[in-house]
Amino acid sequence: MAVSQLVGAKIHRREDPRLITGHGHYIDDFTRQGAAHAAFVRSPFAHARIKSIDVTDASKAPGVAGVYTARDFKGQLAGTHPAAPAFVADKKYIPERFPIAEKEACYQGEIVAAVLAETKGQAADAANLIQVVYEELPAVMDLEKAMASGSPKVHEGAADNISWDMTYTGPDVSEAAFKEADVVVKERILQNRLAPVPMEPRGVLAEFETYDKKLTIWMSSQNPHFIRLFVSGAMGLKESQVRVISPDVGGGFGSKISPYPEDYLVPALSRLAERPVKWIETRTESLQNATHGRGQFYDVEVAAKKDGTLLGMRMTQFLDVGAYVGTFSAFQACACLMAGGAYKWKGISARTIGILTNRVPTDPYRGAGRPEATHLVERMVDLVARELKIDPVEIRKKNFIQPQEFPYTQNFGLVVDSGEYARALDVALKLAGYDDLRKRQADLRKQGRYLGIGLSTWIELCGFGPSAATAPATGGIALVESAQVRVTPTGSVIVYTGTHSHGQGHETTFPQIVADQLGVPYESVELRHGDTAEGTAFGYGTYGSRSLAVGGVAISKAVGKVIDKGKKLAAHMLEAAEEDVVYEHGAFHVKGSPDKSKAFGEVAFASYGMNLPEGMEQGLEAVAYFDPPNLVWPFGTHIAVVEVDAETGSAKLEKYIAVDDCGNIINPMIVDGQIHGGIVQGVAQALYEEVVYDDETGQLKTGTLLDYMLPSANEIPPLSLDHTITPSPTNDLGVKGIGEAGTIAASAAVINAVCDALSPLGIKHVDMPASPDRLWKMMKEARQ
Amino acid sequence: MIPAAFEYARASSVDEASKLLSKFGEDAKVLAGGHSLIPLMRLRLAQPSALVDINGIKELDHIKEDGHKLRIGALTPHVTIQNSSVVKDKLPLLAEVAGEVGDNQVRNMGTMGGVIAHADAAGDYPTLALILDAEIVTNRRTIPAKDFFKDLFTTALGPDEVVTEVVFPVANGPHKYIKFRRRLFDWAIVGVAAQKMNGGWRIGLTNVGPTPVRANAVEKALHDGAKPEEAAEHASDGLDPAGDLRASPEYKKHLARVLTKRAIQQAQGQ
Repeated sequence: MAVSQLVGAKIHRREDPRLITGHGHYIDDFTRQGAAHAAFVRSPFAHARIKSIDVTDASKAPGVAGVYTARDFKGQLAGTHPAAPAFVADKKYIPERFPIAEKEACYQGEIVAAVLAETKGQAADAANLIQVVYEELPAVMDLEKAMASGSPKVHEGAADNISWDMTYTGPDVSEAAFKEADVVVKERILQNRLAPVPMEPRGVLAEFETYDKKLTIWMSSQNPHFIRLFVSGAMGLKESQVRVISPDVGGGFGSKISPYPEDYLVPALSRLAERPVKWIETRTESLQNATHGRGQFYDVEVAAKKDGTLLGMRMTQFLDVGAYVGTFSAFQACACLMAGGAYKWKGISARTIGILTNRVPTDPYRGAGRPEATHLVERMVDLVARELKIDPVEIRKKNFIQPQEFPYTQNFGLVVDSGEYARALDVALKLAGYDDLRKRQADLRKQGRYLGIGLSTWIELCGFGPSAATAPATGGIALVESAQVRVTPTGSVIVYTGTHSHGQGHETTFPQIVADQLGVPYESVELRHGDTAEGTAFGYGTYGSRSLAVGGVAISKAVGKVIDKGKKLAAHMLEAAEEDVVYEHGAFHVKGSPDKSKAFGEVAFASYGMNLPEGMEQGLEAVAYFDPPNLVWPFGTHIAVVEVDAETGSAKLEKYIAVDDCGNIINPMIVDGQIHGGIVQGVAQALYEEVVYDDETGQLKTGTLLDYMLPSANEIPPLSLDHTITPSPTNDLGVKGIGEAGTIAASAAVINAVCDALSPLGIKHVDMPASPDRLWKMMKEARQ
Repeated sequence: MIPAAFEYARASSVDEASKLLSKFGEDAKVLAGGHSLIPLMRLRLAQPSALVDINGIKELDHIKEDGHKLRIGALTPHVTIQNSSVVKDKLPLLAEVAGEVGDNQVRNMGTMGGVIAHADAAGDYPTLALILDAEIVTNRRTIPAKDFFKDLFTTALGPDEVVTEVVFPVANGPHKYIKFRRRLFDWAIVGVAAQKMNGGWRIGLTNVGPTPVRANAVEKALHDGAKPEEAAEHASDGLDPAGDLRASPEYKKHLARVLTKRAIQQAQGQ
């Protein structure tokens, strides 16, 4: 390998000049000759029977090319929405889901009719003319009430509203730990429902070519290959007849992993109407229909010794599945498996219950299960510390898994690959000036001011993932990754990957790896992704912080194969034995004779020529798959400093420190960018965002960004970042994921700070979002 | 998020705008900065039959000093008011409030007349207009602010009446506007304006009722010699604010009291 120059370098993102000057290509930038525009009529009720649909007026409206209801799609689409096993292999109940409702609408926003028109304005106007007669049914909104046997049902005629109820580890597993306990603390922890709000909403442009029976779909997706798999299956087409192109993707945060009703309906409309069809989601549709995240509560008990030694945990996850089971909904149950955090426990009892409600389905949202686990364990550890009057730093250090104990098999049998938790904590404490902060806190308390300091010593499992674990979880396809590296005759390099950037900067980082390994100029390496017609047979998408730790390693392996072939050819050209040829600084040379050398470009050119070794085929390219032996386990410490206004209850984030360890770093600037965005999403959950539905009617109250409290840069203080580096032993690059880390860590740090701030009032726990009205009410009650 | 179809006409004079409004009838709306109207149209919460665009009437974009008055043209954008040395000198409270409207994009496009005519309960200028006894000048008449704001989104304007100017008194004594919100670009959850003028305090509240509120009881208590924290206890007298996602009625009343105290104290500290 060449001397490393690019890996670890702060290179500006290659994609940025086009993206920030408005030259990116998002779905709405594409069109096809003769395309019709689709608009969808959606149920205004959370739960209603559809009595009749009158399309007469809409059909006659200007520019209308067709009006369609469920019946029209019956011959077009088959099957039901896919629900992967994920972390709950046996589900009790997965309601049938057709992409368009026929008799019953089960959440506000469920599609009941579709219109095609010449312009999107005409389509929207005509959609308003469709007369749907509904009979409103009771909306199931409350998780606990939904579990009661007498509850109305989310779907008429269903036996109950429980999608799954799975006990990973029974009460017996933690029994001994609780017997030993000096103290037991207990809490109910809420996880507010969140909307993903990507800057680019979803969009689908589909063209079915009637004569060739070929379907091309342009859509904003995190994993185009899975979409090809699902949509081809539903439409009765071969995967080879379908091409999915996902160009620049303006954010996803998990909401663009699973297929959506429109992903089936728009291609089906194109086949029905025999013309291309385009649909672009509006912001309100996005807030209403893009899968939400979190939406859970947990009942937790923790047992500990007087000296702060953690012993055992009992926890139950109550998860709001929504009206249908999202494709990867049960992934969120990994919160149970991660509930132990960075600490050692004698026993953890964990159970997950997935409950249906008349809301839009939940599915993975940045972190998916791991922010919930971190929030839970970091809150509980603070509650124990508080109960025992121990400093939150001390209790953490006392219970951390120690560096010499890795690889560490945790309570659920997962093997934590590496870690040095106390080191990251120490760096963060120093950066924060922890002791000074505590002094300042004491001074301010004397003035009646509430300053709080919150820690989150988070860990994460990511980099999905090993075939043994993931093939059963998806229903057969292992979430490995593939890459193709193709060298042109003039020595430039095209890299195809099955992961797909939706903001992560793959076009920059992956060529950094390849250029270093090949010793060729960075500019000569081009990354191609997001098109199922290019590259290897299947790509596995981007989510779960897997692109580098799985996809990047696959690329590196493919580069290795290219070098191996190059060596064979160079040996032939240099008339040397293959084992005597070494590759360094972009050239092949004979060991000990640096003058006997062939540059990479010469070998590449020769590979397309005639004088090849016996049996060697032309060309210089390779495909590699990487099946990781384990997941990867990043970690770190975040510290939030929050002041709560004693009169108004307004929580102001003053300072935020993050020390993260994601193993070796390819591009520090991109890592910092990921941490920044992640932290802001976690802070947003802690202080601002919440999807609110009316408790009775199920009407969405946060359908615009005026009401849904997405914070802006103004609300976020400067973030102080640092890193420790503990290379992962799981892959040759020593890398771990970082895309979700900020979000996983942040909500706990902020809420721990808020609780710490309000501790003089005796307030122990605060639900999210810690909005001013909520905190004011709590302070008022505490003072009475 | 796609508005219903509407007619559109661009007026080059106030007269023409008025005539166009008459022609299009009651459902027509004036388009100035459009930063409240267009989002409502995109959600189809507003479906005007026609928009009369007044952005071409350049004479409505002005700030004029007129003796002891400041005349702000209806089309004057917030950013101009925020940065105007005349406003900063003669009515600094108004410049400060203008700087707290929305975000940069809103301040570049949104206008004084638009905010006044739109009469959102959470609008900031109406509160100032009310407590300062400003006058709203239209193509027909001059309306005292206290008679202008009738109800939520409802003003004294007739169907073909166009706001041309808002006339504020000069007041450069102690002042403060506290706009309490969760995000910098949000509307006020509660806003409080305090201005000392002519020897007395003027106190106004934003978003605690369908129209701006003048806190008469607070003003009187201050006049009678109460300390700010005592007087501010009267800020919620008679209020019956509607609750919303951001704040319960009780919390809004609490904020009215706390922010009134702070506004007066901070104004006094100047």
